Amino acid sequence: MDLAFSKEEVAFREEVRAFFRDNVPPDTRRKLQEGRHLSKEEMITWWRILNKKGWGVSHWPKEYGGTGWTSVQHYIFNEELQMHPAPAPLAFGVSMVGPVIYTFGNEKQKKQYLPRIANVDDWWCQGFSEPGSGSDLASLKTKAERKGDKYIINGQKTWTTLAQHADMIFCLCRTDNNAKKQMGISFIVFSMKSKGITVRPIETIDGGHEVNEVFFDDVEVPVENLIGEENKGWDYAKFLLGNERTGIARVGVSKERLRRIKELAAKVESNGKPVLEDQGFREKLAACEIELKALELTQLRVVADEGKHGKGKPNPASSVLKIKGSEIQQTTTELLMEVIGPFAAPYDEHGDDGSNEAMDWTAQIAPSYFNNRKVSIYGGSNEIQRNIITKAVLGL
Amino acid sequence: MDFDLSEEQRLLKESVDGLLNDSYDFDSRKKYRAEKGGWSKAVWGKLAEQGLLGLPFSEEDGGFGAGAVETMIVMEAMGKALVLEPYLATVVIAGGFLRHGGSAEQKAAYIPGIIDGSKTFAFAQLEKNSRYDLSDVATTAKKKGAGWVIDGEKFVVINGENADTLIVTARTSGARRDRNGIGVFLVPANAKGVGRKGYPTQDGLHAADITLTGVEVGADAAIGNPDNAIDLIERVVDDARTAMCAEAVGAMDESLKSTVEYLKTRKQFGVAIGTFQTLQHRAADMFVAVEQARSMSMFATMAADFDNAKERATAVAAAKVQIGKSLKFVGQQSIQLHGGIGMTQEAKIGHYFKRLTMIENTFGDTDYHLRRVTDAGGLI
Repeated sequence: MDLAFSKEEVAFREEVRAFFRDNVPPDTRRKLQEGRHLSKEEMITWWRILNKKGWGVSHWPKEYGGTGWTSVQHYIFNEELQMHPAPAPLAFGVSMVGPVIYTFGNEKQKKQYLPRIANVDDWWCQGFSEPGSGSDLASLKTKAERKGDKYIINGQKTWTTLAQHADMIFCLCRTDNNAKKQMGISFIVFSMKSKGITVRPIETIDGGHEVNEVFFDDVEVPVENLIGEENKGWDYAKFLLGNERTGIARVGVSKERLRRIKELAAKVESNGKPVLEDQGFREKLAACEIELKALELTQLRVVADEGKHGKGKPNPASSVLKIKGSEIQQTTTELLMEVIGPFAAPYDEHGDDGSNEAMDWTAQIAPSYFNNRKVSIYGGSNEIQRNIITKAVLGL
Repeated sequence: MDFDLSEEQRLLKESVDGLLNDSYDFDSRKKYRAEKGGWSKAVWGKLAEQGLLGLPFSEEDGGFGAGAVETMIVMEAMGKALVLEPYLATVVIAGGFLRHGGSAEQKAAYIPGIIDGSKTFAFAQLEKNSRYDLSDVATTAKKKGAGWVIDGEKFVVINGENADTLIVTARTSGARRDRNGIGVFLVPANAKGVGRKGYPTQDGLHAADITLTGVEVGADAAIGNPDNAIDLIERVVDDARTAMCAEAVGAMDESLKSTVEYLKTRKQFGVAIGTFQTLQHRAADMFVAVEQARSMSMFATMAADFDNAKERATAVAAAKVQIGKSLKFVGQQSIQLHGGIGMTQEAKIGHYFKRLTMIENTFGDTDYHLRRVTDAGGLI
């Protein structure tokens, strides 16, 4: 057992850190630090910088543009990215549909989609959840009926993140109504510009527009847009969801937010002295840091394990990452609320597109707190995670 | 970065697990408790035979030159088996004082007795008002000729009644709570003026309250600098805290295992109670607590090699906070999920709960260590 990173790993961290310092547009960094949303252009600009460097799809196999980094290098890259902070690569393309395509897609699909995912020439969104299918995803109803060389797709998806920007969607559709519910599902990709698609925004409690409802009304999709085999989509979806085991802890994000908490708490006064000097507050902060350190170590255990023994057998500790990671992210947003106290209240009705510079930095703290309630709900709610631990780890 | 055990460490784990599996089932433990002093000389002899009592000592001192990871492995196994023998007091604490602060003569005089199992030790540190503050020492050591005369009272000294030698913290100068002026002294337990009142502790161990009245020791009794040994004391107590974190992880691991087993076998309303989601999720949360504790136990263990004493101390304090939170949750919920049977002395689960609870209240509890991490400016 050895906690120290190797010389090569330390040098790698320096290299990554220097690249972010020199290449992330300062305005993008500032907006992320302040918890603001970024415009589509801001995100794409950064992702193309990253892709030009060869780091856009770092964890993909080398033949498709990946880096061949070790698990530890990926860990370092993600942590530095989150701590800088810089926008993470668009998960829907890079972490989700990309690996499904290079693992289960045919050669034509690989050629057609993978380079465009890497350069974000296509913005992808995810068509999984439906109004009646949240945690019970396999009950989904959106239908893809085969007619000649086309699928005719009808139904509705929801919670579709950033669908308003999307060029492409990967979608779980029911292709066999008679099979057991997991068995009749197919994984189909198609253009969001297709006729018959309507995207309707869902305004979330923070006043933001991240998620959408997407309606399909007789959308015609060529059958060649099926990925892998018909009715095997559930397997691909499970592969997709199980692919990203360690990123979900978002340790770097919480570290960066702790830095910001301290920065603000040093400026805001309470009882005539900075909040940061208040013993009660300091203890809460320390308690959060200890939880985060424990999580970081748990994550490193999983990372080191993957590096040594491959990704085949999940380390039981990985189930902990989502639960604790989301709880700690939420705690950090609570601490920010505590720092600004009554100044949490003012609401910037112009939104946070950056157009209203006059609105104070405090305006994003409450929305960020509200918005972060999502992290224990999405990606398999924390209750679903507990079900997974119950079955897969404890054998109950 | 590597969290795997080396081949040698894996073999050590197998050997200590094997030994305790063979000799430390719950019924045997009851018998050991009933022996004089509250633990088994036979088991202690086996630990010596397998070389476990000599692990951390250097090869030139007759040991195996093992590090903190090996101690973690042993303590985790001991936590699983609820071992009563004074490994912590003798090997980790007394051994630690000798290793980190002992003179060549002291090492030669005391280490062989630890390694061959013929001698045990006790750490006489706690005082009536000192609570968790290691530099709060009212016991005095006054210079007399080349040696010292020690006067004072020490409490809840684990293995105090059985130990051959006491390791006593005493003040050679300064006021009661000064960091400077504290020494560490080797005191034969049968020295004139040593009074020992033994009693069992809540978790099945044995302790003693000790009076020191005009106890005369020689010039060779002081370990390290008799006028300023607080750094040494903190170092050794950090080792002890780290070892207890590992012990707690072992005890929590076993508590969770036992609880899950109970959920699978106990039937109510015609089904195993482990089919109820409310109990499943509690068990899942216990698992999360154990894994977070395990991570921090490893962190403290690896921090033993940190060069910077302050960083090491903060890491250990942080580990003790996480272990404290986890052990309270795991301990309490183990009882809750066992239901009525968890309340009985007959069931083993309650004994894990009691040991875990006493670990929390030894060498600083969660609040105490949270304050230490806070005062150190945090961890991130």
